[in-house]
Amino acid sequence: MTMEAATATLTAGNDRPVHSAPQGPIKIQARDVNVYYGDKHAIKHLDVDIPQHSVMAFIGPSGCGKSTFLRCINRMNDTIPICRVTGKIEIDRRDIYDPSLDVVQLRAHIGMVFQKPNPFPKSIYDNVAYGPKIHGLARTKSEIDAIVESSLRKAGLWEEVKDRLAESGTGLSGGQQQRLCIARAIAVSPDVILMDEPCSALDPIATAKVEELIDELKSNYTIIIVTHSMQQAARVSQRTAFFHLGTLVEEGPTDVIFSTPKDKRTNDYITGRFG
Amino acid sequence: MTDMSFQGPAPAVARQATESADIFKKRIQQRYRAETRFKWYGIIAISFSIAFIALLFVSIFATGLPAFTQHFLVMDVPLKAESIDPSGKRELKELASADYFGVAGEALRDKFPEVTNRRDRTRLVQLLSNGAADPLRAKVLGEPGSIGSTAKLGLPLSANADIYFKGGVTGIDKIAGRGVLTPSGTTGDISLTSSSNEFSSRLVVIKRDIAERARQLRREADRIESSGATAAQVQQLREEARVLQGRFDAVSGAEALDDRMPSMLVAVNGGIIKLTRIDNATATGEVLRPLSSASEARPGSWEVLTLTTPESNRKVTDKEVVWLEALKSQGQIERRFNWGFFTAGDSREPELAGIRGAITGSFLMLIVTLALCVPIGVMAAIYLEEFAPKNWITDIIEVNINNLAAVPSIVFGLLGLAVFLNFFNMPRSAPFVGGLVMALLVLPTIIIAARAAIKAVPPSIREGALGVGASHQQAVFHHVLPLAMPGIMTGTIIGMAHALGETAPLLMIGMIAFIVDVPTSFTDAATVLPVQIYLWSDLPELAFKAKTAAAIIVLLVFLFVMNGMAIYLRKRFERRW
Amino acid sequence: MVTIYLTVFAILALTGFFAGHRRAIAVAGGNTRALHSLPTYHGMYTLATVVIPMLIVLLVGFPLVNMLAGQSAISHFPADLQADALKRAATMRDIVNLAGGRSMASVTGELQRAAASYSNVLNIGNWIVVGLGLLAGVGAIFLATGRISLTFRARNNFEKFVLAVLIACSAVAILTTIGIVASVVLETYRFFFDPAIKGKPGISEFLFGLDWNPQAAMRAEQGNIQTAYGFVPLLVGTLLITLIAMAVAVPIGLLSAIYLSEYAGPRVRAFAKPALEILAGIPTVVLGFFAALVIAPSIKGFGESIGLSVASESALAAGLVMGMMIIPFISSLSDDVINAVPQSLRDGSYAMGATKSETMKLVILPAALPGIVSAVILAFSRAVGETMIVVMAAGLAANLTFNPLAAVTTITVQIKTILVGDQEFDSAKTLAAFALGFVLFFVTLILNYIALRVVQKYREQYD
Repeated sequence: MTMEAATATLTAGNDRPVHSAPQGPIKIQARDVNVYYGDKHAIKHLDVDIPQHSVMAFIGPSGCGKSTFLRCINRMNDTIPICRVTGKIEIDRRDIYDPSLDVVQLRAHIGMVFQKPNPFPKSIYDNVAYGPKIHGLARTKSEIDAIVESSLRKAGLWEEVKDRLAESGTGLSGGQQQRLCIARAIAVSPDVILMDEPCSALDPIATAKVEELIDELKSNYTIIIVTHSMQQAARVSQRTAFFHLGTLVEEGPTDVIFSTPKDKRTNDYITGRFG
Repeated sequence: MTDMSFQGPAPAVARQATESADIFKKRIQQRYRAETRFKWYGIIAISFSIAFIALLFVSIFATGLPAFTQHFLVMDVPLKAESIDPSGKRELKELASADYFGVAGEALRDKFPEVTNRRDRTRLVQLLSNGAADPLRAKVLGEPGSIGSTAKLGLPLSANADIYFKGGVTGIDKIAGRGVLTPSGTTGDISLTSSSNEFSSRLVVIKRDIAERARQLRREADRIESSGATAAQVQQLREEARVLQGRFDAVSGAEALDDRMPSMLVAVNGGIIKLTRIDNATATGEVLRPLSSASEARPGSWEVLTLTTPESNRKVTDKEVVWLEALKSQGQIERRFNWGFFTAGDSREPELAGIRGAITGSFLMLIVTLALCVPIGVMAAIYLEEFAPKNWITDIIEVNINNLAAVPSIVFGLLGLAVFLNFFNMPRSAPFVGGLVMALLVLPTIIIAARAAIKAVPPSIREGALGVGASHQQAVFHHVLPLAMPGIMTGTIIGMAHALGETAPLLMIGMIAFIVDVPTSFTDAATVLPVQIYLWSDLPELAFKAKTAAAIIVLLVFLFVMNGMAIYLRKRFERRW
Repeated sequence: MVTIYLTVFAILALTGFFAGHRRAIAVAGGNTRALHSLPTYHGMYTLATVVIPMLIVLLVGFPLVNMLAGQSAISHFPADLQADALKRAATMRDIVNLAGGRSMASVTGELQRAAASYSNVLNIGNWIVVGLGLLAGVGAIFLATGRISLTFRARNNFEKFVLAVLIACSAVAILTTIGIVASVVLETYRFFFDPAIKGKPGISEFLFGLDWNPQAAMRAEQGNIQTAYGFVPLLVGTLLITLIAMAVAVPIGLLSAIYLSEYAGPRVRAFAKPALEILAGIPTVVLGFFAALVIAPSIKGFGESIGLSVASESALAAGLVMGMMIIPFISSLSDDVINAVPQSLRDGSYAMGATKSETMKLVILPAALPGIVSAVILAFSRAVGETMIVVMAAGLAANLTFNPLAAVTTITVQIKTILVGDQEFDSAKTLAAFALGFVLFFVTLILNYIALRVVQKYREQYD
């Protein structure tokens, strides 16, 4: 999915309330998803399609459910005992909440990058090698070495750390740590990478580097990014979804959402009336 | 949005995954097996701890619960004036010092006129506890008019007799006689003849034993022969073995019973005979209770009793068993709650020993501990948390407190011995000194708990008070401290529970002496509950084992109540700011 | 006598309070708002000025009188007795007993005179102390009430007093440590260097000797049993039992903590956590009894059934039960450190598709390792210092062996054995117990210090 394709969809004309159906193969499809935290209805009747090899941004005010939905996609919500999910989320047409599906296998195909960089208190090398090791993706040391190097290269960190792979990952700067976490995520060759406000703890220069990286990664991965910054959403994403109070208000090509939103709430939010 | 379709190629990674799906699947299975294994390690670890606790409680309770009851001989005792008050003046002093145990013993002896032997008469009387005199004395002193009459009283039995009735001495197998039994007499040594092979099964066991002994002797002979002993020695062993083997081979040869084998008693015609020698159908024995007649006993009207523990392995002889069973069959044995356990001090006689002295000692000690360590602990906590400047002195105090909390308790005992007893010449074995040592021992615990409680009070409370012009001390004592009080009390109770269960330092300062009297002041010689437990656990008498466990039960109940109080306080006053 | 003093003390303190209170009202002429501090504070200020001197007189006076009385009593005896510390202490006990009116078996005239002089000095001295206290108290009241005026800052002065009391209370912890250090260090010094102590070993003999047999000291003349103060068998015995305990407690405690924090459902947790707390609250004397009653006989029985010779007081039994004692210790400390590992690390690992056990083994445990190490060190130090379990379940004979089925003895058992019962404070045997106490105290001190430092470092990492 490219920018051109999205614009093409727009120009083709579409009079449905949602701007346009995405072109190209659909990677993730959600239908009537509801999430409850105990009694709290955190996400209400959510439908969305996420196209392959593109960047999708989730925006919206705090507590609107965007992070919650993100964590549904790799079933991180399973670790919260009071959380309950209904509806259907499919990846490659496979229902990820199907009881027969193995969550460990699922997460091996979906990488995740968190708000705060959370490198393991191990060496840089071990941080990246962790996933390949537990999933048995490599048999020999040299294979792992190769994966570590290519992951770090893809994450744009190789040149900075190649001489100190044995040093602790926690000793890197914030931006480096976050890129290390991205390298760690792509080391297991996922199809999808979820990013939960990956730049909120970073300074502008580190942010720019991570955004550049996201742009490069989209040719191989389907990326979903939750962000508070509308400029960031506009910079990195091809499609944007606006969440408000647990509902998906509006979803469409990023430039359309930011220039001519259909919904008043979207308009209010992007023009800074609330949020 | 609904009419979407998959048209693009499958993603590269997915394709790769399909190719290596088998390997991946295998790997996943392996990982899940490891996961399950790991989880089971945890379950096993937890179960192990819980099983240990269960075993501990079950064994302590099984051992200790019987000690809460005691067997009494309920008997009509003639309060003969000539033995209680020979002078007839009814003087209290004379009445108080009369030989009541003798009176009780006489009454018991009168119940067994057949016991004439001097040694047996002594043994009979010793079935009663030395404490049997107490109910008699109480009766006479309370009611001097009863002298000369007969009183029905419950007299405590000796520890061994008590244990016998609790089943701790021997098991008894009863088998009804199958044949017609003919006794040769009614008293003395008599022989018994049955029309069926009543004793053969026991005889087989005995003979088998003999054969085993013969085999051992032969083996021993072979051993010393090869190691170069003289021929005479070897020959002697061989000869002994041959004799034994001969006894085994003779199928119907009579064998003697000795006190290393289970005892066999025959109850027939109202009497009891202890068998000394048995054959398949005949036996000889000594009459312990006279028979009413020497007439033939029909099958089923008589029985063979086997006391499974050999006589030499128990503290209650066959005769005593017979006497006790006779008393029991007359309904004169009663099992009662053992109040004496809570009202008496320590004693060398297990059936008289109680924990009142120890509980009082613990109580006195805890009062001292409480009175010292709560004010000191709370004030130290207030200072450190509220007033102490951040400097190296405060740092040293803090490190110090943390270290003191982890110093072995026996070291506090050394401190008490060297400083309190030796330097300040304080009295040994006194609850006051014990309380002093315990106060130092639990002080760190209380300071740490109190500091946590004070820290938990939010600064806004303090600032509010300062805002209306209170001094820092007023803010702390009027506002912060009352709010921290529940937390401090919880910590205090836990500290006191710790002090109640602590033993080692008290041994150092002499609270380990054998003390019969219940202490009445802080400087009396005293012992405490855990030390009492330790003292009793060291005694060889079986009855003290049960007493030890019973004292442990009491201690655990106290601790349980104290910890329950702490939990209640915590729940009741828990406040989230 | 002390009771009389305390009564006078209480009366004067109360009098002081009311005198100060009334004086303040009188000074203000009924208008208490004119005062700098409330009348109550003036009362408390006066009370404090009474308490300080009277407390000093109490704490200095009575011990001083006691000492003087002892000196005057002992001066009735010849100089050689006065020089011999052992005999002097014994005589002093007799004097005190006689003066206290307790009956004695043999009373010499000398002793009688000494006791009379003792009670005499004690009596006069005590009355002087009471008189001094009275004087100090009354004087303080007059002094304090004299200072009261409208502008007098009674509250500030009283708060200074309170602060001093608070500081004094905090100092108790320091005094305790000083007391411990002084008693073990002084007695240990005497054990090694005091020429008056007979039969003492050299330092190297103590540290490296392979025989421990202090009991012979009492009856060395009875036979050819050699007194020996070799520390090595005790060290080996202590280590053997402690290592058995650690071998039981570390895996069980750690796995329990992991299971309870990561796997167990709320119902299991609600049941298992209090169970572990109960185990932690069981007094060690109970565990010792249990070891001797159940565990040791079972081990002996089992061992003999498979043909091993097992001592009835085997190190294994004591070690097992001691391990049980420290399981809750390790599990609760490990639980704390495992829970202190930030959730983000768990999330990171789960998001990579790691299973719970992989996350635990590869991420959380390595991250929590310093905390767990310090928990293990603390547990080790606690096991080394534990007394009752080993007293009741381990042996007395100092066998130098690493066989867990044999009976060994420990440092704490020896301290207890030597010091329980009548002891002469100046014999090498008694002092040996203090030397052992010295070793115990400093070993545990060092272990605790290391553990606390490790934990501190660990906390800093995640704060």
